[in-house]
Amino acid sequence: MTAFLTIIVLLFIAIAIWQIVKMLDLAQANIKSSQVATDKDNRVNGYLMLAFLVFIYVITIVSFIKWGDLPLLSNSASEHGPQIDNLMIWSMVIIFIVQTVTQFLLHYFAFKYKGEKGRKALFFADNNTLEAIWTIIPVITLAGLIIYGLFTWNDIMNVTEEDDTLVVELYAQQFNWKARYAGADNTLGKANVRLIDIDRANILGVDESDPNAQDDVITSELHLPVNRPVIFKMRSQDVLHSAYMPHFRAQMNCVPGMITQFGFTPTVTTSEMRQNPDIVQKVENINSIRTENSKDLVAKGEEALDPYEFDYLLLCNKICGKSHYNMQMKIIVETQEEYDAWINEQTLFASSLIK
Amino acid sequence: MSEHLDTHAHEEDHGHHHKETFVTKYIFSQDHKMIAKQYLITGTIMGIIGVVMSLMMRLQIAWPEEPNVIFEALLGKWAPDGVMDADIYLALVTIHGTIMVFFVLTAGLSGTFSNLLIPLQIGARDMASGFLNMISYWLFFVSSVVMVISLFVEAGPAAAGWTIYPPLSALPLAQGGSGAGMTLWLVSMAIFIASSLLGSLNYIVTVINLRTKGMSMTRLPLTIWAFFVTAIIGVISFPVLLSAALLLIMDRSFGTSFFLSDIFIQGEVLHYQGGSPVLFEHLFWFLGHPEVYIVLLPALGITSEIIATNSRKPIFGYRAMVASILAIAFLSTIVWGHHMFVSGMNPFLGSVFTFTTLLIAIPSAVKAFNYITTLWKGNLQLNPAMLFSIGLVSTFITGGLTGIILGDSALDINVHDTYFVVAHFHLVMGISALYGMFAGIYHWFPKLFGRMLNKNLGYIHFWVTAISAYGVFFPMHFIGMAGLPRRYYTNSAFPLFDDLANVNVVISIFAIVGGAFQLVFIWNFFYSIFYGEKATQNPWKSNTLEWTTPVEHIHGNWPGAIPSVHRWAYDYSKPGHDDDFVSQIIPLKEGEEELQH
Repeated sequence: MTAFLTIIVLLFIAIAIWQIVKMLDLAQANIKSSQVATDKDNRVNGYLMLAFLVFIYVITIVSFIKWGDLPLLSNSASEHGPQIDNLMIWSMVIIFIVQTVTQFLLHYFAFKYKGEKGRKALFFADNNTLEAIWTIIPVITLAGLIIYGLFTWNDIMNVTEEDDTLVVELYAQQFNWKARYAGADNTLGKANVRLIDIDRANILGVDESDPNAQDDVITSELHLPVNRPVIFKMRSQDVLHSAYMPHFRAQMNCVPGMITQFGFTPTVTTSEMRQNPDIVQKVENINSIRTENSKDLVAKGEEALDPYEFDYLLLCNKICGKSHYNMQMKIIVETQEEYDAWINEQTLFASSLIK
Repeated sequence: MSEHLDTHAHEEDHGHHHKETFVTKYIFSQDHKMIAKQYLITGTIMGIIGVVMSLMMRLQIAWPEEPNVIFEALLGKWAPDGVMDADIYLALVTIHGTIMVFFVLTAGLSGTFSNLLIPLQIGARDMASGFLNMISYWLFFVSSVVMVISLFVEAGPAAAGWTIYPPLSALPLAQGGSGAGMTLWLVSMAIFIASSLLGSLNYIVTVINLRTKGMSMTRLPLTIWAFFVTAIIGVISFPVLLSAALLLIMDRSFGTSFFLSDIFIQGEVLHYQGGSPVLFEHLFWFLGHPEVYIVLLPALGITSEIIATNSRKPIFGYRAMVASILAIAFLSTIVWGHHMFVSGMNPFLGSVFTFTTLLIAIPSAVKAFNYITTLWKGNLQLNPAMLFSIGLVSTFITGGLTGIILGDSALDINVHDTYFVVAHFHLVMGISALYGMFAGIYHWFPKLFGRMLNKNLGYIHFWVTAISAYGVFFPMHFIGMAGLPRRYYTNSAFPLFDDLANVNVVISIFAIVGGAFQLVFIWNFFYSIFYGEKATQNPWKSNTLEWTTPVEHIHGNWPGAIPSVHRWAYDYSKPGHDDDFVSQIIPLKEGEEELQH
């Protein structure tokens, strides 16, 4: 691969130099040529403008067809997800229309009005009506988007804790995640990094004397019961991290010294999502890529890649140091019964301490 | 207002020709034209470093953890056996961003063209203070040198992203690059800000005080309006970054806790108590967002001038263009929070910043439509400068439109810090501003060096760059929407993203081609300085004052008296005139009306 790349780079450099030389020869052959565009230059570049317009349209269409089956646009797994997705689709439609029209006008005019000797341009310096039109149209469009966006934002961010809301702490450190469940009392015990005591296995700095803390449960996997609102209280012990849960359309930074929060309601269990046709197709596609890659690896004497199975993920999405690219936690959405069974198997904070 | 009292004394001063030594002419020069060239060449060299870094990143992303001789050659100990180290990847991300945003697109672009054009286009002998101007360049030079030196620090260069959010940037325990590398980064930026402030103050004073007779504010070319307003934004916002940098230095070296609190790292609790990283984010983005416009407005100003000249038409809606520059400048200082929707700040603030941010789309749309209308029924001279200007409008639209998504707090939740953001800002400010810089270089090369750039090489340069730029950044929107975070050393830790690997290969190939073809420009640039075709006085048949000065650079710009100005800069193809351009110095004919613009 290295050799291949080097060859590509050298090749392009060679082409570049060859072109330079050729062009200079051309320039020298015709002494009269000046470096100001002639009618011929205008013609050639005018047609290239049209070609470029086609290129922009083609790359747009290809991108949408090849990479536009955005599983993230259609398969949200939280209650507020479809709200964001709908807003996204509306915004995309508007953008798509404006982009298509304005790029057409720009490049088409560049082609249509390419310069010719002797022609005079139209002296057209101002027109208040036109100015007003293209001020007012964006104003109306944006007013719509702003209002729609703000309602959505307020809906998502106004999380109120109700009786059945599950409270979970997300705890970030270089370079992994922990989750702390509030236990039977559904109240998290107090915590501060100053209370961390590695010797006693108190890795999150939970206050050992706080009665609310005794039944807390600390885990390295995030399990969530389906259709039950969950509110995350986020902490970080060292640098900024960001808890990014793309399938749930959720993201919030974890900031040392303060507690941030984000709430949502998961609506699709992991096993349901695995059966979703779009996801099945995506997983098949990924696995065929992995099988291909494995062949190369095995040929080199390395281990083959494991087959991929769909899981929700929590990713770190704020630059946090060397292993930022691999700071992740698995999220499992399951039925209330499965969740209860799982949480009951976990060790309570009080009994996890080393005496 | 433009007739300043000491014009006379000033002119006499320039009447005497001082004996110039090599040092005063080429090195410690106080002449704005020489300083412009110094900025341009320093910026170009920094640009080459920045682009090479981005290509190394693209090689790593497309072919992760594969040995590469280029890495081995350029990164040395950071690429054992030619495999790039994860720490140096983040350092490349950081330094590439810093260099491109500040050293190339702020100093290289604004420094070059503000210095060259402000005195020439307003009809002044030089900047208000040639001495401060010289100091400004040399501070920039020192800060560039310090930034380059920081690349060779033992523990690695700064690697916390160009936004250097603490605590990552504050704690050497968190990252090797946050040691001496970050110290040098901060020192370099502090010097850079001093340079930028001196430059900006000079630009503002010059535009206000030294305009020639008849050059009212409403007759200023849009370039000058853009540089003037850019300088004002710089003066307002750069000091805030300086304060953030100083406070961060205090936290790092003197034990204060402005940005740090409750930190446990590498097995120990640090003493910091009561500070907040979110405060740093506010201070940083109070500059960081206006910075986008500090980069973009000069490019738009240059484009306005070039599109009008080469369309042989007045710029459409001069007053609306000025108003939109002012509106963008004002709004740019009250939108910084859109970088912080998910930072943990109060969601109500998120609503406010969504509102102000989306408002910026209005003046931006006005500008785009005015450019397009200027082309309509023109007689377009498709010189390389014109192509880059049209290219700028194209990427400005493509990149700007996705701002509607990112500026909308609800949508930002899911695309924040993904490749969608990378695509957006590279198109709307990176590529657009770079096109503005290229356009400016092609257009004013005759003014800078007295020679012409080769146009055919210019055409090759433009078309390959234009295609590669879309090839690189357009697909990035889609991998971003698929949830791929930026600043990942490799995506192989997530099988979820395996199906995006081939997109990354396509992007990297476009990047390599685009990068390689910049050599055509570099070659054209340096070759033409010495051997290019000799320029005539007004090669593009332009109206503005700089083309009334002799091709050879002289101190004081005009051999005789400074010409007076009688009309605005955009009388192209005006009925009643034989030529399709009427220089600003030509008095109105009898009965001719100046356009009430």
